[in-house]
Amino acid sequence: MEQPKEDWTEYIKQTAKLMDLNLTEEYLPGVTDNFVAIANIASIVMEFELPEDIEVAPIFEP
Amino acid sequence: MNQQYQDATELAAQIRSGRISAESVIEETLKDIHNRNQELNCFTAITTERALAQAKHIDNKVSLGHDPGLLAGVPFAVKNLFDIAGITTLAGSKINREQPPAPQDATPITKLQQAGAILVGALNMDEYAYGFVTENSHYGATPNPHDLTRISGGSSGGSAATVAAKLVPFSLGSDTNGSVRVPAALCGVYGLKPTYGRLSRKGAFLFSSSLDHIGAFANSVRDLVKIFAVLQGNDPQDPVCTKKPPESNFSVIGNNIADLRIAVADGYFSEGATPEALDPVAKVAKTLNVTQSITIPESHRARAAAYIITAVEGANLHLKNLQSRPQDFDQATRDRFLAGALIPASWYTQAQKFRSWYRRQVQDIFQQVDIILAPTTPCVAPKLGQTTLKIAEEEILVRPNLGRFTQPLSFIGLPVLSIPVKQSTTLPLGVQIIAAPYQELSIFRIADFLEAQIIK
Repeated sequence: MEQPKEDWTEYIKQTAKLMDLNLTEEYLPGVTDNFVAIANIASIVMEFELPEDIEVAPIFEP
Repeated sequence: MNQQYQDATELAAQIRSGRISAESVIEETLKDIHNRNQELNCFTAITTERALAQAKHIDNKVSLGHDPGLLAGVPFAVKNLFDIAGITTLAGSKINREQPPAPQDATPITKLQQAGAILVGALNMDEYAYGFVTENSHYGATPNPHDLTRISGGSSGGSAATVAAKLVPFSLGSDTNGSVRVPAALCGVYGLKPTYGRLSRKGAFLFSSSLDHIGAFANSVRDLVKIFAVLQGNDPQDPVCTKKPPESNFSVIGNNIADLRIAVADGYFSEGATPEALDPVAKVAKTLNVTQSITIPESHRARAAAYIITAVEGANLHLKNLQSRPQDFDQATRDRFLAGALIPASWYTQAQKFRSWYRRQVQDIFQQVDIILAPTTPCVAPKLGQTTLKIAEEEILVRPNLGRFTQPLSFIGLPVLSIPVKQSTTLPLGVQIIAAPYQELSIFRIADFLEAQIIK
């Protein structure tokens, strides 16, 4: 899951276009840093094998 | 606030009996806020006319022998993401200044007013509640009243600081990942985040609806019990608000607590903190004669999943403004929101599925215990502007790590009360008292016992 920072730059630029977000040169480094951090955090969730019967609760009852 | 009164309960009793007038209390409170807010920077709006008019109304009720309410004449204030009729709801942002004034009060304000409490203003926060520090580039930082060179915590920093400074006896905030409990601990006050869906959020500007709760700050357990009693109950206007009947058996608070099985959370909840931040948990456990410990499995993943859900839902909520005017966001939140808008859908869905899984594990744990103890924050209040912190020889980032111990618990909506525990150091810390969903009464019973034993 963990990928080097430069691997994300193209993804970030392309997805930003898709989402109609104007990532200027001023914003790009900060957004990239944050996205890399998010990707690392997401890997902690994605690497965990959940049982197949786990569903997203449509209404969450704690 | 009239500082000779220890809490809202005592103040309300004085006003209800006619020994002091609500008007004199409110006049003094407003004077105190005007005198001290420049230094404390808690308030972003003060509702002078409304507060004085309501104070007269309360005094009139008292003089006529009518019931003025449980919280008669008690001043309170709210995080500036709650709608206040006639005032624009800022949610800590510059962008929302352009919105028209709110047409009506948020449901929690209406309920408190019906109980006689008097709103005196709105309080500072991190922009759109995305932070744990209340260092807001538009409205300034709210410093910690115990040491003005340090943060109050966030995102409900103004709400915690104003109660710690005794400008008002209680306040409202919101908690998505720890935004009530973190500032409560760092400012040395009680911070209650009830079960997800227990209190109506109608009229509160949301952040990440899957995780958003509202909560309250106070200087005593009995005040929080009263505030909780007033705020609870179904609200059809909040789609996640519970249909369970309101709690009514408050008379058990003060009873012997021997029937409650208590354990200390170990593993994840005993690591990643400075030694001094773990001391209060040991102190509380000793007072309660707790020897059992339990492991809440995969809590680091719960925190990670909460982070993903927050980032996606927060970015979606603000997408239009991120597209059209990103320059108007606080720099501290802008890049995180923008990054959140780029997250693949599968990461979000998996995080929501993990939430169901983690909830099941914790449900099993609550078959064995009734109450779990854990630290609230991994350290005392950092300095204003401080970006890193050393824990176990490792340099870590302050902002994301302040929620280390709070985030996995709000992730599955557990009710939690952060209680202040006095330290040998001058800076406060908190301990989280955690129960199964809808078991707020058990939390109040423990907190009431601890307040008498080690807090007062």
